[in-house]
Amino acid sequence: MAAHSLSPPLSRLLFTVKYVSLHSRCCAVHSKAHYSTVYNPNEKTFDKILIANRGEIACRVIKTCKKMGIQTVAVHSDVDSSAVHVKMADEAICVGPAPTNKSYLNMDAIMDAIRVTGAQAVHPGYGFLSENKEFAKRLAAEGVMFIGPDTHAIQAMGDKIESKLIAKAAKVNTIPGFDGVVKTAEDAVKIAQEIGYPVMIKASAGGGGKGMRIAWNDDETREGFRFSSQEAASSFGDDRLLIEKYIDNPRHIEIQVLADKHGNALWLNERECSIQRRNQKVVEEAPSTFLDPVTRRAMGEQAVQLAKAVQYSSAGTVEFLVDSKKNFYFLEMNTRLQVEHPITECITGLDLVEQMIRVAKGYQLQHKQEDIPINGWAIESRVYAEDPYKSFGLPSIGRLSQYQEPLNLSNVRVDSGIQEGSDISIYYDPMISKLVTYGATRNEALAKMEDALDNYVIRGVTHNIPLLREIITHPRFISGDISTNFLPEVYPDGFKGHQLEVDARRELLASAAALYIAAQLRSQKPYLCYRVSTIPVKCTHWELCVELGKGCHAMEVTKSGDVYNVEVDGGKVEVIGAFNLASPLLPLTINGSDRMLQFKVRVLSKLASELNSYMPEKVPEDTSSILRSPMPGTVVAVSIKPGDTVAEGQEICVIEAMKMQNSLTAARQAKVKSVHCKPGETVGEGDLLVELQ
Amino acid sequence: ESLTQVKYGAVSASVAQTNLHRDCRWYSVSHLSVRERIEKKRKAALVGGGQKRIDAQHKRGKLTARERVELLLDPESFVESDMFVEHRCSDFGMEEDRNKFPGDSVVTGRGRINGRLVYVFSQVQSIIIIHEAELVSLQRLHSLFVLFFFSICSIMDQAMTVGAPVIGLNDSGGARIQEGVESLAGYADIFLRNVMASGVVPQISLIMGPCAGGAVYSPALTDFTFMVKDTSYLFITGPDVVKSVTNEDVTQEELGGAKTHTTVSGVAHHAFENDIEALLNLREFFNFLPLSNQDPAPIRECHDPSDRLVPSLDTIVPFESTKAYDMLDIIQAIVDAKDFFEIMPNYAKNIVVGFARMNGRTVGIVGNQPKVASGCLDINSSVKGARFVRFCDAFNIPIITFVDVPGFLPGTAQEYGGIIRHGAKLLFAFAEATVPKITIITRKAYGGAYDVMSSKHLRGDVNYAWPTAEVAVMGAKGAVQIIFRGKENQAEAEAEYVDKFANPFPAAVRGFVDDIIEPATTRKKICSDLEVLASKKQVNPWKKHANIPL
Repeated sequence: MAAHSLSPPLSRLLFTVKYVSLHSRCCAVHSKAHYSTVYNPNEKTFDKILIANRGEIACRVIKTCKKMGIQTVAVHSDVDSSAVHVKMADEAICVGPAPTNKSYLNMDAIMDAIRVTGAQAVHPGYGFLSENKEFAKRLAAEGVMFIGPDTHAIQAMGDKIESKLIAKAAKVNTIPGFDGVVKTAEDAVKIAQEIGYPVMIKASAGGGGKGMRIAWNDDETREGFRFSSQEAASSFGDDRLLIEKYIDNPRHIEIQVLADKHGNALWLNERECSIQRRNQKVVEEAPSTFLDPVTRRAMGEQAVQLAKAVQYSSAGTVEFLVDSKKNFYFLEMNTRLQVEHPITECITGLDLVEQMIRVAKGYQLQHKQEDIPINGWAIESRVYAEDPYKSFGLPSIGRLSQYQEPLNLSNVRVDSGIQEGSDISIYYDPMISKLVTYGATRNEALAKMEDALDNYVIRGVTHNIPLLREIITHPRFISGDISTNFLPEVYPDGFKGHQLEVDARRELLASAAALYIAAQLRSQKPYLCYRVSTIPVKCTHWELCVELGKGCHAMEVTKSGDVYNVEVDGGKVEVIGAFNLASPLLPLTINGSDRMLQFKVRVLSKLASELNSYMPEKVPEDTSSILRSPMPGTVVAVSIKPGDTVAEGQEICVIEAMKMQNSLTAARQAKVKSVHCKPGETVGEGDLLVELQ
Repeated sequence: ESLTQVKYGAVSASVAQTNLHRDCRWYSVSHLSVRERIEKKRKAALVGGGQKRIDAQHKRGKLTARERVELLLDPESFVESDMFVEHRCSDFGMEEDRNKFPGDSVVTGRGRINGRLVYVFSQVQSIIIIHEAELVSLQRLHSLFVLFFFSICSIMDQAMTVGAPVIGLNDSGGARIQEGVESLAGYADIFLRNVMASGVVPQISLIMGPCAGGAVYSPALTDFTFMVKDTSYLFITGPDVVKSVTNEDVTQEELGGAKTHTTVSGVAHHAFENDIEALLNLREFFNFLPLSNQDPAPIRECHDPSDRLVPSLDTIVPFESTKAYDMLDIIQAIVDAKDFFEIMPNYAKNIVVGFARMNGRTVGIVGNQPKVASGCLDINSSVKGARFVRFCDAFNIPIITFVDVPGFLPGTAQEYGGIIRHGAKLLFAFAEATVPKITIITRKAYGGAYDVMSSKHLRGDVNYAWPTAEVAVMGAKGAVQIIFRGKENQAEAEAEYVDKFANPFPAAVRGFVDDIIEPATTRKKICSDLEVLASKKQVNPWKKHANIPL
């Protein structure tokens, strides 16, 4: 998608057009420190910490360890042997092959690594073993400090059912219709009927939104039960489930808590995490536009009550669902560092990893509740390697052939564990990075986020930046009118890409034309004196056509120096730029304002465009009789065999990718002609799975 | 008044009539001045076979000969030759013939692609309409083809005199028995010129329609043959003859379509979606080529810093030597702005060849592809590589070779197929080449294949090894199995072998590589070496020509 390669046609357009303020560019050198608290070097903690994780969170923890003068040990699977976290750490130990249950979840191997390296403590990051009480117990047995809460708290909060009982006892608001362990699908249906639809079904042991399914009727409950129990078994080795009342149109707001081993606990304000797709967070911000100081305090105090009730220590997160009347209900408590912790760090100035390490060593909290500020506003966008045009994001894999983080901008923090050349594989979470921007006000932080997304260069994998940019510029998001149903409500037919306004389209077209001309002129500028003289086309006026989506836009361009005057779609655009044809980013001055662009369109001369109408349309493959894998992954189950007759919508097979199980169904009623996959097989995106007759 | 203007009787005698449309109009000496008649003729020629024929061509999803030329060349740069040539049957009173028009069989001339000179011929497919309509006598056809051959030969001769490339846009009606002996002679005239021009000026064929029988040998003799998907075919004999001779049922597409020739036979070097894609890509491709063997490789303004570091290369070669990676990732990361024009991307994929630029200068890239068949050399990849290397050498294009080769592919299929003589072609081509040769060993360089892949011993100018390089006679496992046959402790011996030989040192201490470099610095090193090597002069001993093992 290099900006200069204009020839290949593109079915879908990825681009960003945005005003870049000159001011921010001038300030780029003065990057603000993220943390306001100063690390005290006399406060001795650990000599060596092992980080039982990978990717951005491992890198994040190592950064703080370096600041604190702590030696670090990375663990990695064989495919991660040259990963960034491995390079950053002082030591690295391979703990097994790529699949997570053989490496990052392999407790034996990790315990061996601890023994070999002599690490005194383990930071588990999030996911993997971070909320595994077994792991915490084994560490304790060997006298190794677990940087997190103690086993009791993990166990109490890790179990969704027990946690609610404790929460209720601690006078924390809980969701009505709370229920117990589910054994069979029929039990699930009975429970669901008692609670009343809609209900939510999920794995008891699972954290976050993974494995969470919503059922509106008995059939969906059965299906949800089957999926959730399977997923629970494969991801957590614990197939217990939880069914509860599903609150319609809720906001997901969570409170960061921090507690020490001396009975002190603080609440570090809230994070608004309502923008989700398939119950996974996409955009988070702190603070929330929705909370008033009274509600915030009430939520914070309840969160602290809960933490104290389980003698919590370390950093944790109490998740609440908040309805439109600002009633809030306890959802669950995550007994670990949360993915979106950076936004809390931005507004409070605390380094949460540093605090976790201090607390683990047994130090008292440095702060009092009244010391915890809300300084400005912070937004986090989760940049994923996924195709946002397929259900707001289906995993995509590949090699990051080009990768450039927007760190040239001020007030931008990027937490990532990858670099140019890294592989995004099917084995792990497809997150590329967490892009965090902050400012004195929400508008400032949002404007910065736009800039940062525009300046982000990712090539080689499909990514969700177009969707992120669309969300943070959407009027509903800007006004703060959001809920967890934001995406399906705003894009009922799925995300189709940015719909350009007339002016923006003109500007994009004009820029494409100017770029095309710059590239053409370069081809005519020879460096050497050749034997046969070159006669450059003495042209200052061009008639071009730019293909944008399905339309073709005719335009006339005149050029003098670096100024291109473009007449397109009945408007005039002035583009000024000295084109660097090797750069993935295109800084231009369009009608007097500075913009940063990345796009891929096809530009044709007027003649070529006219003749193009005679070109035959290539007949696309008939897709109703074949089923192709929509994403790379592993085949978990094949529900049919050749000769079977399938009904429309009947499940054909299940593909697991990045820990998500996806059911693929028949597009119409037909007889199965042939099956090209079997359970356990790895398939690539677009691979033929099943042929129908 | 008009009579007084007729000064050139000879012209007026041959330019007797124009018959463009159904309502054929007559222009004779008595009605119009010569100047007016010239104008009329010119206009008629530009319209070609008339609107009906143009429409017919468009209906097939194809462009007309003239549209193709117009799209290929810079606007208004086309200078047509032989525009007034038409078949001479008109001289003998074939007035009833309505199908005659100037530039009847082929459009020829010269023009510019991005300001650079090129000679072009573009076949007019409408001949086939004449044939199909059976409106013409054999005699007519013969004279038509004589003109066709005459025009093509004439511009090839001009291209040779001046020293500029020839591009042929082939869209013949296919082979016709009716063409007769005369056409055999005509084709031979073209073949001879193709051969004489080979290595003197670049010759490119773009197949944009059916091309069969003797006609196919002209593209085969040129340096590059490109095809248009779904509308072009190349075969010696069509499906009908195939059926009658070998009783095989085969479609035109299967027998000689773009897919067949770019994936199975290796006859064509690239296939494009349609006429426009093909012509626009051909313009891009042309930018890489020098005009003739007397010109250096072209240099274009470069916006990609020549000293750019490429950190992603430091991790691209996997730790396990059996694991594959994509050589294209390395190539694209190193060359200017990731711009790599791959030749034969779908044929013998275990070797990658193509054009790119380094600091603006055209270079030829050859690389083993570990992703396909471990990057081994076999018959097809050797021949593919050899032909590309020879083109680069003939036209002063430096060659950059990326080596990760476990050896030649063993087995009866290869040995019976003559891997020895075919592999020798690549060896021959690299050894013979006198252009700047830079080689980077990224991982394996085993056995004879190490020698072949532009090694220091074959006059490689600069040979680098990455830290992951292993130059050895063979892989550790195989070597140990042979050396320590039947003995115990094979694993131990293997580990020792790996320690001793699976690294760049054995080659480096012997001077077989000039340096062991950090992968990230590869682009910087190559650019600076090419700068120095630009003035390289190396001459092979005089010979009539070498005897490459064909």
